[in-house]
Amino acid sequence: MVSSTPSPPRTPAAEPGDAPPRRPPRRGERPRTGPRTGRADRITLGLMLGVPALLVIALVWLPAAATVVLSFTRWDGIGGLDTIEWVGTRNYTDAFTIYPPFRPALSNNVVWLVFLFAVPTLLGMFLAVLLDRELRGGRIYQSVFYMPVVLSLALVGFIWQLIYSRDQGLLNTVLGAVAGAEPVDWFGDPDINLYAVLIAAAWRHTGYIMLLYLAGLKAVDPSLREAAAIDGAGPVRTFVSVVFPALRPINLVVLVVTVIDALRAFDIVWVINRGRNGLELISALVTSNVIGEASRVGFGSALAVVMLVISLVFILVYVSTMLRGAHR
Amino acid sequence: MRHRPAGPPPLGRRALLRGLAGAATLAAAPGPAGCGTDRRGDPGLVTMGSNRANPAQREAIAESLALWEADSGVRVELNTIDSTSFQESLNNYLQGTPDDVVAWFAGYRMRYLAERGLISDATAVWEERGFHDVFTDQVRDLCSGPDGRPYMVPDSTSPWAVFYRRSVFEEHGYEEPSTKEEFIGLCERMRDDGLVPLAYGVREGWPAMGTFDHLNLRLNGPEFHLGLLNGDHPWDGPEVKAVFGAWKELLPFHQGSPLGRGINEAQTSLVRGEAGMMLCGLFLTHVFSEEERADLDCFAFPEFDPEIGADVVETPIDGFMLSGDPRNPGAAMDLVGHLGTLRAQEIYTAIDPQALPTHQEADLSELSALDAKIMDMIAGARALTQYMDRDTRPDFASVVMIPALQRFLRRPDDIDDLTASIQRQKASIFGR
Repeated sequence: MVSSTPSPPRTPAAEPGDAPPRRPPRRGERPRTGPRTGRADRITLGLMLGVPALLVIALVWLPAAATVVLSFTRWDGIGGLDTIEWVGTRNYTDAFTIYPPFRPALSNNVVWLVFLFAVPTLLGMFLAVLLDRELRGGRIYQSVFYMPVVLSLALVGFIWQLIYSRDQGLLNTVLGAVAGAEPVDWFGDPDINLYAVLIAAAWRHTGYIMLLYLAGLKAVDPSLREAAAIDGAGPVRTFVSVVFPALRPINLVVLVVTVIDALRAFDIVWVINRGRNGLELISALVTSNVIGEASRVGFGSALAVVMLVISLVFILVYVSTMLRGAHR
Repeated sequence: MRHRPAGPPPLGRRALLRGLAGAATLAAAPGPAGCGTDRRGDPGLVTMGSNRANPAQREAIAESLALWEADSGVRVELNTIDSTSFQESLNNYLQGTPDDVVAWFAGYRMRYLAERGLISDATAVWEERGFHDVFTDQVRDLCSGPDGRPYMVPDSTSPWAVFYRRSVFEEHGYEEPSTKEEFIGLCERMRDDGLVPLAYGVREGWPAMGTFDHLNLRLNGPEFHLGLLNGDHPWDGPEVKAVFGAWKELLPFHQGSPLGRGINEAQTSLVRGEAGMMLCGLFLTHVFSEEERADLDCFAFPEFDPEIGADVVETPIDGFMLSGDPRNPGAAMDLVGHLGTLRAQEIYTAIDPQALPTHQEADLSELSALDAKIMDMIAGARALTQYMDRDTRPDFASVVMIPALQRFLRRPDDIDDLTASIQRQKASIFGR
């Protein structure tokens, strides 16, 4: 695969992340989109799409369907399928009526989503715009902001434990020394621990979004900005009216990435307290029900289906937007 | 993919891609160690999965295994996983290709595995080694499946008590309390002396179960406690409400905001002498250095009702099981048997500070004063319990009880609402 159809060579300066001399876009760089006539081409394409499609169906769609089926059962995941007991919609009624962590989990996921859009996404975009101006040491800033994204989950949990610990944490020590404040129970107080954790999540998300926008900004045709500047637009106006609309594909990606991140949010709360006591998230509830010795596979599946339905709403919105965009 | 492409020298990007592809091929080739080869039938090898992962436990296990290897000439491949990950993946692990010998907990959690056929009957080991005579009937029951046959060989236990530093008690002239009134009096004195009476950290959730267990055992007795955890009694009855009521009364003496504090942090405040006492398992000794350990002392959780007394000890027992289909059954049975012997237990418990032997003939003269005191408590106990998450269904313990106990610590006032919620979930999980 690697050695077939070599793509036109690119100068290293075209790679994102380097400081490129701005140049007009080259003509003829777009791939051919016309109809393919070659038989070999069709077979190759069919294989290259068909094999991954089969894999995705086998590894993603079938398990998802199995989850839906299992959500109507009571099963501990041990033994043959004959040990499955059908309970109808009882798992769903249980989740909505007698399972106390469920509602907090739903609302926490919503708070998580809103917060991710409100703070780290905007902040990441802002940082990207700043870094796109080729400051001295821009790469260093970039690495600093991106670093949290690549840290392992265990390390992230440990770092925030050092900061937020009530008795020995950095934050309370500083607050106590500077303002003489009473120690705050950042992780244990269910009214604030979600926000404390959201800061930690934002710390990771910002770098990610920043990198996406940085790549997007590098691809924006500089002549657009020049034209805007000639027309007398200031930097803010240029960004809002010219650059931001030109970033539409990246905006869509960021939208999807953020929604997915909010729904999958899991690792930090799991490290802190297994997603309990104010940090309930649907993903953590699914996990705590399904793992362990006597897993409640049926009940956990019902929770997973709820999560799936919510994701589907966003996925449908995304796909329909994309399709409408393609038809225009 | 391995052939060199003809033509001009490759671009940097393509070289990189080729490198990645090569790396992927290399990484895929050997496969995870141990998965590809079937070691079945190799008489010189037996494998063991262990959750005893802290340094002292690793050392103790290694010593004990070395002894057996020397005797039997069979090599043990030890696979140690940290205990939380071990617990979370145990189900899948036992259903896949588990090691021949697996470390685990006695009681409900072992019984559940036995019921599902995930572990093997160890009757032959018990008979061959004469274990019926060296373990108490109660220990045998805890190691038996629902069919009454033993499925586990017990080795050690890590009992619960109220721990304190002797130097702190001597400095202030405190005395060990034996009743609720004395206990509360002591807590008040400590508070007046500027100490936190009871160190408390339940961020992980499960440490709160210890408080519930002890209060329930002292207020309602072991029969009710075990029945309750077995699903026989309602959770919204007056007995359970009394437990939460007593807990609420003691709560002001506990370290504040426990939900944000890990149990290790709470233990640290006892080590530093900021807190006067802590209800904890003997595993607390791991945070004390060897010298400080000599200063550590304990007493049984005090009596709350003279009719009930204070002679029930929580003694979570650990042991070893044979996986469902061991690859080297003969050696595996011999190894499990070895781990229950007096010699192995003495070696293990001498190194691991949290472990006390379960073998009745164990030599107690070498024990530290603290360990000897706890062994006395066990010897005089009317009943031994395991710990909430070992005495009840695991799904009930982790999914229902941990959030419920955390909610109680957050809002200790609405006990009626809380117990009603537990009861509704209990009915759904136990189906009665």
